[in-house]
Amino acid sequence: MKRARSPLFLKRDSYRKRRLRDGARMLPVFGLFLLLLPILWAPAETEATDTARDGLYLFVVWFGLVVVAALLAPGLAGDSSTDEGEDR
Amino acid sequence: MPFNLLVLSCLAYVAMLFSVAFLAERRAAMGRIGWLRSPMIYTLSLSIYCTAWTFYGAVGYAARSGLEFVTIYLGPTLVFVGWWVLLRKLVAIGRQQRVTSIADLISSRFGKSNFLGVVVTLLAVVAATPYIALQLQSVTLSFGVFASGTPEGWALPDRDSTAIWVAGGLALFTILFGTRNLDAKEQHHGVVLAIAVEAVVKLVALLAVGIFVVWGLAGGPVELFQRIETSPIADWELQPGRWAGLLFVSGAAVICLPRMFQVMIVEDGEERHMARASWAFPLYLLLMSLFIVPIAVIGLERMPEGANPDMFMLTLPLAEGQGALAMLAFLGGFSSATSMVIVESIALATMVSNHVVMPIWLKLRPKAAMSGDVRRIVILSRRLAIVAVLTLGYLYYRLSGGSAALAAIGLIAFVGVAQVLPVLVGGLYWRGATKTGAAAGLVTGFAVWIYTLYLPSFGPGAALSVAVFEQGPGGIGWLRPQALFGVAGADPLLHSLVWSLALNTAAFCIVSLFTFPGPVERMQGVAFVNVFDAEGGGPQGWARGRAEPEALLVMTQRILGNEAALALFAAEARMQGKDGYLPDATPDFVAGLERRLAGSVGAATAHAMISQIVGRATVSVEDLMAVANETAQIMEYSAQLETQREELTRTARQLREANEKLTQLSVQKDAFLSQISHELRTPMTSIRAFSEILTEGDLPPEMVANYGRIIHEEAIRLTRLLDDLLDLSVLENGSVQLNLGLANIQQLIDRALASASHTRPERVFVIHRDLPSENLFVRTDADRLVQVFINLISNARKYCDAAAPELRITVRQKAGRVSVDFVDNGSGIPKQSQAIIFEKFARLTDQTRAGGAGLGLAICREVMANLGGTITYLPGQGGAAFRVMLPLRMEQKAA
Repeated sequence: MKRARSPLFLKRDSYRKRRLRDGARMLPVFGLFLLLLPILWAPAETEATDTARDGLYLFVVWFGLVVVAALLAPGLAGDSSTDEGEDR
Repeated sequence: MPFNLLVLSCLAYVAMLFSVAFLAERRAAMGRIGWLRSPMIYTLSLSIYCTAWTFYGAVGYAARSGLEFVTIYLGPTLVFVGWWVLLRKLVAIGRQQRVTSIADLISSRFGKSNFLGVVVTLLAVVAATPYIALQLQSVTLSFGVFASGTPEGWALPDRDSTAIWVAGGLALFTILFGTRNLDAKEQHHGVVLAIAVEAVVKLVALLAVGIFVVWGLAGGPVELFQRIETSPIADWELQPGRWAGLLFVSGAAVICLPRMFQVMIVEDGEERHMARASWAFPLYLLLMSLFIVPIAVIGLERMPEGANPDMFMLTLPLAEGQGALAMLAFLGGFSSATSMVIVESIALATMVSNHVVMPIWLKLRPKAAMSGDVRRIVILSRRLAIVAVLTLGYLYYRLSGGSAALAAIGLIAFVGVAQVLPVLVGGLYWRGATKTGAAAGLVTGFAVWIYTLYLPSFGPGAALSVAVFEQGPGGIGWLRPQALFGVAGADPLLHSLVWSLALNTAAFCIVSLFTFPGPVERMQGVAFVNVFDAEGGGPQGWARGRAEPEALLVMTQRILGNEAALALFAAEARMQGKDGYLPDATPDFVAGLERRLAGSVGAATAHAMISQIVGRATVSVEDLMAVANETAQIMEYSAQLETQREELTRTARQLREANEKLTQLSVQKDAFLSQISHELRTPMTSIRAFSEILTEGDLPPEMVANYGRIIHEEAIRLTRLLDDLLDLSVLENGSVQLNLGLANIQQLIDRALASASHTRPERVFVIHRDLPSENLFVRTDADRLVQVFINLISNARKYCDAAAPELRITVRQKAGRVSVDFVDNGSGIPKQSQAIIFEKFARLTDQTRAGGAGLGLAICREVMANLGGTITYLPGQGGAAFRVMLPLRMEQKAA
């Protein structure tokens, strides 16, 4: 039980930092989900030509990923292996 | 636009790149790295992911398959956005282990196995050859576009000669800036900066064409939106399998492509840079992709039927009369192709020279690590490898005829390099991954890829016969290259991707489960998997090495160059607190040196070279056992030392005791000297006094007789004292004459008791004796022995303080020796005095001064020594107890 060993109230900074890393790990998963989503609106079934809208969707998601990554990056960089604890 | 103007501007552009690279190298050489190693440059250098395949091919791809082309850039986007998961670890390992290439990384992770290095190198070369051919083809094609478009009808003389000129120029540039230095870490500042400049050029070119198309030709974004919906591209249908598969394979390729690995990990891998690139590189990709579809749509609209969509980037501006824009686009495409070829060939040359040439060379000339100029050999082999790689690319271009669509070739290469991914990820996160498993996975994946995708890509009947395609090899249907295990009808790319990676991963995992890693492998595994836990901590372990620092220095000079090697060694020596250039070859230093050399020639080669000097190839179980054995010997040795130490302690204690005894004796001697003067003086005083009285005369006769008697007694006392002293000195000198003869112990004791009864005759002693046991005949000096007995009995009579004194005399015979014990029932002799009673002048108390001057026992001891026996004090007998030991038959001492 690793959870039991760590103090109940963590320092606010390091707690935030850990959650930031969690976010960094989740980001590609969310991204993958959003990028695989076009598979669902099965293009073969709709006669409507929606290439432009699909393209718009993909570029919006893409840009969103870039923005989120840019927001996360400064907080992640620099504290390389200082407290890479197992309890995350 | 005139063709020779194009060639001229092309040459000017190349000259500009040369000078940029040259200035950067010079700046770096002066130590002013500064912005040369900034996150910005790093991100831009990553753009070699976008080759001519992107620049020209993406438009063609979009024209043929609609939006599918974005997967090639979305995969890397996911990998970079999720850099915290994988890339960060890769960068950390790359820095810590001084990795020189992806082959080096795999080789290093699995126990510095050169076999794995060779496999990965081979895979990379095979996959990269068509890719390089693709770049040559695109440059040649773009030249062709301009040539055919010239009003003068300037026909391009020969496509092949264009390609050969391009390949030759690239080889020259790469050799000039890619193999100038053999730094610790394979960094090429000039090349990196040139690539960064090219990255800007190609982005600007693509954006310029895109903006021209959207706002110049299509009439704005809204209008464009409508046109896309109505264009042939809109007929595109998303194939879920391909969509997911391409996302995956492009994500894998961005990690595993040799050139990406080169710029991402080797050139400037740093977490700070990686953090910036995590969003900046996806942004770059996004900008590169943004106008691809518009260009494709407008191109399809405006260009004549049958125009090659791969060249829309050039033909569209040309057709619209925008010569300058077309020129910019041409330079953009040229940049994409050249930067890719330069970095790819550097990466491949490093791999070939470190994993193929150097090991062979070291094997052929084992002594060369010491004698030859390794530095020269490495650089030469790299230059040759660059030429060879470009030659291969050129040959592939010539043989394939350069007809295939650009996109297809690129994807084949992607699937090829993706074969490294399972082993790479497994090696980074799974300690149980073994060398054998990795080899099995890589070879399996490599073989399946070759068979199902690479060879078929040449077309039916080219590399594989039509029969093999349709019936399978030897008529085995389930082995058909594009329908493995009966999975027919799938997209060939997807089919190959799924099967090669599935079999690859399965072989890797299963073989790893059933094999056992060697010691180096296990240590490297821990170092890789737990890279963030412990920085440093060399897993090599040169603990048992007997490296000569000088030999190491000579070898290091061959690789790093004289100055760098000397500086390195001097710094280490200073750190060890020594002067000069030769530090001690401590295990830490040797391990660090190996990593440093690995940065130049690869982990396996560096390991092999150091082994030649240190004299050990690998850490085998035998080695570990030998180490354990050695440890045991050391422990034994230390145990011996411990014993010796105890012995010394004991001796020291004895010496201390002896010293104490000596000090005590000296004190006693002083005391005795004063006493003996007193003893001599007392009788002398009375003799003098009485004799004076006698000489005055006029005394009654009875008084004269009385005084005369006193004088006589005192004279006797003096004489006895002097006799004792004389006796002792004679005995001590060993010059005593012994009167040997047979004597009965019982009679001797009788005599002694009779003589001793004169001492303190007022005390009544009870004597315990066992007469039958005393009836022994011994051959000795009877008078001397009696003297000892008398002394002991007298002592008992004098000093026994019991109210009813008793004396027990026991005689025993054992093994040719006779012991006679004299035990009284007094308070005995205190322990601290037992050691000195046999010394001369020892007298314990002054309470009874019945003659003697403390010489009795000393004389006894000397007598017994002369008789070949001993006299000892027996403690714990309930009183004073002495044991006299003497031989039954005493032999006359040899004179």
